[in-house]
Formats: sequence, structure tokens, C-alpha cells
Amino acid sequence: MSAALRRRGLDWLLNGYGLLALVYLLVPIAVIVVFSFNDPVGRFNFLWNEFSLDAWKHPFAVQGVGDALKTSLEIAAMSTVIATALGTLTALALVRYEFKGRGPVNFFIFIPLATPEVVLGAALLSQFLNWGSPQLGFATILIAHVMFNLSFVVITVRSRLIGFDRSLEEAAQDLGATPWETFRLVTLPLIMPGVISAALLAFALSIDDFVITNFNSGSTITFPLFIWGAARVAVPPQIYVIATMIFLFTVAMMILTVWQQRRAEKMAAVRPDEPEPAAPRPAPAPA
Amino acid sequence: MPVRLRKAALPYLLLLPGLGWLLLFFAIPLVYMAFESLKSGSPFAGGFQLTWEFSNYTDALKDYDEQFIRSFEYAGLATLIALLIGYPLAYVIAFRGGRWKNAMLLLVIVPFFVTYLIRTLSWETILSDSGIVVNTLQAVGIVGDAGRLLDTTVSVVAGITYNFLPFMILPLYASLERVDPRMLEAGYDLYGRRRDVFRHVTLPLSMPGVVAGVLLTFIPAAGDFINAQLLGTPKQYMIGNVIQSRYLVVNDYPTAAALSFLLMAFMLILVVIWARIAGTEALLGTEGERR
Repeated sequence: MSAALRRRGLDWLLNGYGLLALVYLLVPIAVIVVFSFNDPVGRFNFLWNEFSLDAWKHPFAVQGVGDALKTSLEIAAMSTVIATALGTLTALALVRYEFKGRGPVNFFIFIPLATPEVVLGAALLSQFLNWGSPQLGFATILIAHVMFNLSFVVITVRSRLIGFDRSLEEAAQDLGATPWETFRLVTLPLIMPGVISAALLAFALSIDDFVITNFNSGSTITFPLFIWGAARVAVPPQIYVIATMIFLFTVAMMILTVWQQRRAEKMAAVRPDEPEPAAPRPAPAPA
Repeated sequence: MPVRLRKAALPYLLLLPGLGWLLLFFAIPLVYMAFESLKSGSPFAGGFQLTWEFSNYTDALKDYDEQFIRSFEYAGLATLIALLIGYPLAYVIAFRGGRWKNAMLLLVIVPFFVTYLIRTLSWETILSDSGIVVNTLQAVGIVGDAGRLLDTTVSVVAGITYNFLPFMILPLYASLERVDPRMLEAGYDLYGRRRDVFRHVTLPLSMPGVVAGVLLTFIPAAGDFINAQLLGTPKQYMIGNVIQSRYLVVNDYPTAAALSFLLMAFMLILVVIWARIAGTEALLGTEGERR
């Protein structure tokens, strides 16, 4: 009896701990949402004063923040499209084909992920400085964002491709489809969820990036760069308002994608991520 | 082109754009930075010339050893705390989540939906002097009356831990989720107690997640400079702060480049050691590829 009791106590303890960890993850986000309704005293929005809707009524009242956000959105959209396209092709090559040098290529794609962002940014700046062109600004930020997004896209799409049922493609080819038709009508729709997750990830990473952008931006200002500049002189509640808006938008996109994918998978007869009949896994080595 | 040749060339053609981009804007820049790190001169009089100044490296290491050590201390501490917070949470989601699994996972990545800098500003709000946390801790007596949390090691490490926590939780969850429940049952059937089953079954099977999580947390943490800048003072500055200010404020490119390479070298050494312990497949995520 006491053993069972102890076990239940342990269960509760573990669940409580997990819950606490979740709370820890969410509290700072809640603080941002709450403080977007603050009417702060002074230039910094760090102490609660009183409830106000002013910042929500005029989210772009702070000079420059609208332009910065626009630049960020443009760069995020463009870099997402480019990185997703290039990364998907790379992932296809890596999973679907056997060729010389696949190991090194896998490793090469992994290195940027293992490189601190400051190093990525600094190295790219060294190159641009030596070339003297293009002028630091929109173009160099875009180049940088595609660069750091590529590896993430490759890895995301690759993980989707690995669980891919090749017999479907073979069936298409048996039915007389050309390689291009097979790709367009069979392969692409099946890997689409992976491609979409990769694109979402790339977009989120791009709109969020500060470190690498900071090195290669010249005088162009993105939303994170704007916040960086603001953090030293003044943090108006508008920044929190825009952050809340971006947050809500991303959550909505996320839920929409998940819902869409569920629906698509329900409608399609094929469920690519149906678990295969599991073979018994190898036993772990005794410790 | 004959069909066979075209087939052989296809993977390379698919690789070309992506790899080309990485070559041109990741690999070659490193070469430029290597040259940059061996230059001498000054940003004002005549710029920098390539003089194969290898002493840049020893000088950089000597001048900034403190920040290097601090970076690894803070990053190590943050990684450890993230593991202690993240493992139980990932475990609860994977084994107790039930139908709430996906919702809980979404909550884990929710912080990513808010701009990194703003998440850090939020910590500045939370830990600010005369904020709720400081007031409470002062009332309990953990923090002295004049004591503060902001601008201390505590606030910087807390910020780093928070900002990279999802990088720890996600791989942990991925590996725990793949643990076959039948393995656990087998453990219990063999009269294993809970802690035996955990130690001999669950923990070893989740090791790839621990390995990946530690790496994914430690690397960005050691190179970070935002938390030290916003939540700390120059006394908490890490190597990232030095690289950033050498490059962008002082325009001392050679020192900054040398520091970047030293940081990267330390990271690669760590990754290689880690890969030795853990196996490259878990690291590169290439398990299950066509062989």
C-alpha cells in the first residue's frame, strides 16, 4: 500500500515539475502580452504603472518601427522561398541518391549549424568588406538569411524524406509517368508537409535573427535591429504590441498548418507517416 | 546526354544550387576571415595589410582569456540547468502527454514565436529592480535589501538558459518518444523497479536526445552576446560581446577574426569529442538514410 502511495506521490511530483517547467517557458511571453497594455512611466517599459490601450491603438506610432517591420517581413519572405527551394533539392539529392561524397556533403551541411552565429556573421562581413560589393544592406541581409536557413531546411525536409514510401513512385513510373510527372504528382505532394514545416521554420528564424543581420546590415534596419537600438535608449510598449501581434500571427499560422495537414492526411488514402509494423528494437546494452 | 550519364549527374545537379550558396557565403567567407585574422595595421592609418601576423591569435587569447572562460562557464551552466529542466518535461510529454502531447509540444516552442530580443527584454522586465521577483526575494531574505538580480551572473545565465531551452527539450522529446513502451513493459516484467527501468532502459535509449540537446544548447549559448549585453554588465561579457564590439564598434577586424576562429575551433573540438562519445549518426541525424 505504502509503495503504491509513494509511486503516486512520485507521479504527482513529476507531473508537477513538468507543469512548472512549462510555466517557466510561458511566463516571459505572458509578461510581454501583459506589458503591451502598460502605460509606463519614463522611457522603459519595465515597471507596471497602469492599464492602457494607447499602444494597441497606435502600434506604429514609434518612428521607424513600421519600416523596420516591413523590411523584416520582406527579407523573411524572400529568404524563405529561396532557402526552401534550394534546401529541398539538396535534401532530395542526399536521401534519394547514392553518389560519391554524400558523407562529406552531409557533414558540410551540418557545420553551419555547429558554428556560433557571431562567427557566421563575422565571416560573411569579412568577405563583403574584401569584395567591396554588394553594398551592405538589403541584399547582404538576404544573402545571409538564405545561408543560415539552408541547413535547417535540408535537415527538416530530409527527416521527412527518410520515412518516405518509395513504392508509390515506382507505381507511378509503372503506370507510365515520366520522372518529372512522378516528382510533381507523387513525390512533391507527399513531402509537402516537410517542405511546409521547413518553410515555416525558415520564416521564423529569419524574422527573428539579430546576430548575423547585425553584422551585414549596413544602415538597413530590421525589426530585431530596431529593438536592439531601442533597448539602450527607450523601450516603448509599442514594441511589445508588435511582438504580441507577430506572436499571435505565428501561432495562427501554426495551428492552420497543423489543421490543414490533418485534413489532407485524412482525405488522402495514403498516410505517409503511418508507423510501419514495428520490428522489435535491439535491446540496450546493459549499463 | 545519354540517359545513364544524366542519371549519374542528377544528384549533383540537385545539390549544386544549395551547396553553391553555402560554399560562396559560408565556406569562402571563412577563408577571407582567415586572411583577415593574419593582418596587421590600424583601422585609421592605411587600413590592414596581410603580414601573416600569427601573434594575433596568441594576443587575442591572452587578452580575452577571461571572456573565453566565462563563455564556457556560462554556457556549460546554462546547458546543465536546461537539461535538468528539460529532461523531466520531455519525459512527461512523451509518456504522460496522452492526447495533450501535441498541445504541450506547441507550448514548448511558443517562446520561439516571440522575437529573441524581446524574450530577453521580458526577462529584463521580470528581474528588474523593485519588480515582483526581486521584491519577493528581498522579503524572504534571499536577496539583500539593496541586492538586485539584473546585471548579475544570475540574470545572464537565467536568460541564456531560457532562450535556448527549447533546443534542449525538442531533441530530448524526439528520442524519448521513440522509446518503445514494450521495452519498458519488458523491464517491469523482469521485476525491474521504476528506477531500474529508468536507468537501464529509458535513459540509455534517450541518450541520442541528450547528446543532441546538449550540443544544440551549448553551441549557441557559448557564442551568445545578447543576454550578457541586455541582462548583464561588462563584468558578465562573454566572448561574443568581444567579437561583436571588435568588429562593429572598434573595427579591429584582425583581432575579431582571430577570436572568431578560436571560438569556432573550440566548438569543433567539442563537437568531435562529443561525436566520438555519441556516434556521428545521432549527431548528423542521418540514421535511416539509404545506404
